[in-house]
Formats: sequence, structure tokens, C-alpha cells
Amino acid sequence: MAILFDKDSKVAVQNITGHVGTFNTQRMLDYGTKVVAGVVPGKGGMVHLGLPVFDTVEEAARRRGANTSLIFVPAPFAADSIMEAADAGMKLIVCITEGIPTLDMVRAYDFVKKRGSTLIGPNSPGIISPGIGKAGIMPTEIHKPGKIGVISRSGTLTYEGVFQLTTSGLGQTTAIGLGGDPIIGTRHVDALRLFNDDKATKGVVMIGEIGGTDEEVAARFIEEEMKKPVVAFIAGRTAPKGKRMGHAGAIIAGSHGTALEKMEVLRSAGAHIVESPAEIGSTMKKALRKK
Amino acid sequence: MKVHEYQAKDIMRKYALAVPNGRVVTDAASAKVAAKELGCPCVVKAQIHAGGRGKGRFKEDPELGGVKLARTEEEAEDLAKRMLGKTLVTAQTGEAGKVVGRVYIEQAQNIARELYLGMVIDRERSKIVVMASTEGGMEIEKVAASTPEKILKEWVDPGTGLMAYQANKLVFGLGLKEDEAKEARSLMLGLYNMFIKEDASLLEVNPLVVTKAGKVLALDAKLNFDDNAAYRHKDRDALRDLTEEDPLEVEASKYGFNYVKVHGGSVGCMVNGAGLAMATMDIIKLFGGAPANFLDVGGAADSKVVENAFKVLVDDPEVKAVLINIFGGIVRCDLVANGIVEGLKHIGKIKVPVIVRLRGTNAEEGLKILRSSSLKFTVAEDFGEAAKKAVELAKKGGA
Repeated sequence: MAILFDKDSKVAVQNITGHVGTFNTQRMLDYGTKVVAGVVPGKGGMVHLGLPVFDTVEEAARRRGANTSLIFVPAPFAADSIMEAADAGMKLIVCITEGIPTLDMVRAYDFVKKRGSTLIGPNSPGIISPGIGKAGIMPTEIHKPGKIGVISRSGTLTYEGVFQLTTSGLGQTTAIGLGGDPIIGTRHVDALRLFNDDKATKGVVMIGEIGGTDEEVAARFIEEEMKKPVVAFIAGRTAPKGKRMGHAGAIIAGSHGTALEKMEVLRSAGAHIVESPAEIGSTMKKALRKK
Repeated sequence: MKVHEYQAKDIMRKYALAVPNGRVVTDAASAKVAAKELGCPCVVKAQIHAGGRGKGRFKEDPELGGVKLARTEEEAEDLAKRMLGKTLVTAQTGEAGKVVGRVYIEQAQNIARELYLGMVIDRERSKIVVMASTEGGMEIEKVAASTPEKILKEWVDPGTGLMAYQANKLVFGLGLKEDEAKEARSLMLGLYNMFIKEDASLLEVNPLVVTKAGKVLALDAKLNFDDNAAYRHKDRDALRDLTEEDPLEVEASKYGFNYVKVHGGSVGCMVNGAGLAMATMDIIKLFGGAPANFLDVGGAADSKVVENAFKVLVDDPEVKAVLINIFGGIVRCDLVANGIVEGLKHIGKIKVPVIVRLRGTNAEEGLKILRSSSLKFTVAEDFGEAAKKAVELAKKGGA
């Protein structure tokens, strides 16, 4: 089993013909993902990587049954692409694009919410359900089908967590990169809720970082409703205040959003906190044994 | 990106928003001229990218704060002389303080009431929130902590923008009446319009004042811009004050990678991905070391970026050991290795130990490239081991 991305997911790739779109779509196909179409305005009728290309997402949905969109569109146009995918009825929209203006995302977020789609990202590595497929840019070989859900705001740090779960033999049900921007479609609490209801998932690794209050909101959910062990790491204990740490969302504003504060809230909510990011896998093993 | 108060007010004037008259100067003689033209009394305000200037104190002149009233032109000149080139320490600057390069001379106002107005993107609700409070002039975080009921909030529907009725709720909530209420409402709506058009990420007017003559004015202005939207505002680079930024960070931004200097640290880090970069700093600290920087070469790092990143690291005199932690995905480890080898050619001999941990895409090829180069380095298998070694070697190098 998996969440959000499963065997019924049929992917349309927006801006499939670009360099990054081409490279990653090929890798998704190699992994066995059901990619059904590409979308590039003005290139409708073309065939790329053996896939039909359409001018609009609506066409990809109507003609090829696409229900999931993966977006590689450059930042100035990406918010529009997200809205287009939502309007075309995509169940899941995964936006990889980094650097979308925040106010564009404020509008797109509202739009997507009103259309009832689920958005992952932007500035996300995407989503993978090992053994089923992926909509994203993560390296597939570090993943392994298994029983742990992974949620993270970061890209390569997700890979680190995933890699540790694979080498410790636990594997993953689904791994989701939520994205490093201040405005993102799916947050820790949304993914926790889905993993909580997913029978195949026996535990969840949650990797947070400084900035915002998403981890605090997640802590409330863990305390009140979570039935499975949660192992959490928060990146950025050593981050200086008021500096943007790469991600637009990773910034400590005033006295809020520090790593220590987030760790404390999660700890008292019952999550297993890892102090060392090298101990994500081993801590999950212990947490499962305790249970 | 942050701008100075005087720059924020210049932008507000472009939108015909009510701000007092003022002029920015960089020397004391011009301060006198400005004071004469504007009329006295006037206020002399140190321009730095940090709040709390009024309560702050100069290192060289502990009696002096960063915002002072001048009754005469001579006083304005004297105050400017005492502020310019001196270091102002406020609650937000840290102990090091900031050197004042410019002062803003502004017409003094007869203040009847000091209010607060702020606009910021509320991440929890994914909307812009407009905040107003009767507690102007105070630190709004303190007001929020002690008397949250004194902060009025209106969340803006992105489909409609800030509506007049919402501005009314805030204005009347502040207890403003008649013409004052009208002026405050149109200032609020105008500021919101500016926030959107300029792609701001934060706007604070603290205080927003009502003068004894019944005028509503933005007496102070703090404005930050969304860096992601910089491409829509080509003229913005001219507003950047490089003296406010760390020189190594300025260099890094030229080369297109993310770098934040951490003063006092000794382990330089080069990592791909912001989260992993932060986690690498954290694990160094956990093993008793101190990271010298945050450095994310980014998702699209080519060997040129890596080369420049490597140079910035070894150029930092505080760095006693370098830890390279790359988890290859989109970024291939062999590419990173090539960048390091190219960097080496230009730098010559590296004086500090280098610890390398490569994982993921083409990790083996990357190590092979490094082994056949002149770089002497230590290979680490896992994350924890890499950090431990880096900390040990940095301590040896420091001793």
C-alpha cells in the first residue's frame, strides 16, 4: 500500500520537453511509473520519449486519463501551471520548481484548495512509492519497498533518511518531499494523517527544519491521534537567527521557529527525537521494537 | 532582501502614501543643509538593517541612541557626526553591532497617538495577514506574547485582495474617527497595493502616527522583498546595501550558491541541499565541533559552482578543516569531484584537512577522480563518521 501515489496514478508531465523534464521522465519510465502524457503549450501533437504531448493538461486528462501532474515549469510560469492542473481535475499535483514568487503561490494555494486537488511542493523532490512508481527527481536505487512512511521538507536530507531505512531493512511505503518554500500544498500534518490511516505503514519518519509552525501543528496531531511511532529530526539547530538557510522557508523569525523549540514540542507529543541525523534508521528500528 | 527605512519611504512616496519629508545623507555637513531645508526641529535617524534603533546605543558613544531629535541645524550636524561611521548595537544586531553609513534627516512630528500596522505572509494560513495595534512603538512580538488581544488581524482572500470593509474593521478597531479613520483606511489599502505590486514579504509601520493636527503618517517603515520575485523588479539591485552583508556571502551569491557565514566556527562544510547542509552543521555541533558556515551548492550544481564554493571555503581564515558531504541525486558525485579538482588547480596547496563523504549517484566515480588528483583527503563512509573525523581534524588544526 502507499499514500497519494499508488498503482492507479497516471502521470502527465508539464514541460516534459525541457532538459530536466526529459531526464527525469525517462528515469520515471525506467522505474516502471505510469507516465501517460506530456504537456507543453504549443507542442501538442509531438511525441517525446514515446509519449504523446498535449497543449493543455485538460487534454492530457481527457485523452489519456492522466490524474496526476508533475511540474517542471520554470518559476515565472509555474503557479499558472499548478492552477491549470487543478482546473483540469488532477487529483495530485507535484511541483518540483524552485523559486516561485511567494505571492504567486498564495494565489495558487487558494485556487488548488478550492478545486479540491492535493498539491505537493513547490520546491519539492516529489513523491515515490517504492515498487510502484514515482513523480519526482529522487534517485530510485536508494529506495526499497517496506513499511515506513517518510515526510520531509528537504530533498537530499530525505534521501539520507530513506537510505538509512533501506540499509536497516525497513524500507518505505511512500516518501514525500514536502518542499522548502514558505507556502506549500501538503504539510507534515496532512501526510501524517494519511500515513496514520494507511495499513501498510508501521511507522513514520518526519524530517523538519527551522521556520514556520508546521512541525508544531504536526505535534498536536501526533499527541491526539497518531497511532504509530513517529521518529523526528529537525534540521537547523545551529542556524543563526534571521538568515535564510537556502530554503526560502528556512528562516528563524524573531524567537519563533527554532529547531530546539520544535524538537521540544514534538518530544512532549510523544515523537522519538533523533539528535543525530545519522541515527534516523536505527531509532526507527528501536521504536518499532518497543511497540 | 531588506532595504533601509529611507528606501522604503521613497517607495511609499511613489505610491503617494503619507510619509514625513526627509533626506538621506552620508556626511555631517549635508545633514546640516538637509535640516535647514526641512526645517527644525528634525529627527536624525541612523540607517541600518535592524530594528530597535531608538533604544540601541553606539559602542563609541554609550549615551547616544540611533534616533535623536535635533532642535537646530547645528544639533543635526553634530548628531550626524557622532553617528556616521560609528557602530550601533541594538537588540537585533547582536553584540557586534552595525556600522552606520547613512543617516536620515526627517521633519519632526507632533504626535498624538502611536499605532502599529504590519503586513506579512502567514504561513500557517497561506494568506497575507494585515495586523494593527494600538500599542505602536513597542516591539510587536512582546505585545503578541503579553496581550495578544491588542493585535487586530485580518486575513486577505487572495482572490479579492484587501477589502475596504476589512480596513474599516482595523481602523475603527484602533479607535480612529472621522477624517483620521478615512486617512488611515486609505493608507492601509495603499500599503496593501504596494505590498502586492512590489512583491514584499514583510511590511511594518511602527509607529503609524496620528499627529496633533489630525494627519495619519508612516513614521517608520520596515520593508523586506521576496527574493524569488526579484526577476520582476530589475531595478531592485540598486537598493541593495552590500555593506550590510557579509563579504563572503556577497561573493557566494555572485557565484550562485547559498552560503551563510557562522562566525567563530572552524569546520567548513560543502553540502548539496539546504536540509542536508543544516543537518551537517548540526551533527558537527553534536560531536563537539563548530560549523564555520552553511553552504548549499544547490540542486543544479555544475563543476564551476563547486569550484567557486570550494574556493570560498578555503579562503575563510577561520576554517581549520573542510567537510564535503554530497548525497548524489540530480547532482552527480563525479561532477562535484571534478569541480573540486578544478578548484584545486587555481588554489594550489590546501592548508587544511579535507574530509569527503560521497553517497548516491556516481559516488564511486567521484572518489576515483579525487584519488587520482593531488588533493589529500580522508574518505568517510557514513554521515556520523564523516562529522566525527572533521571535528577531530579541525581541533588538531586549531591547536
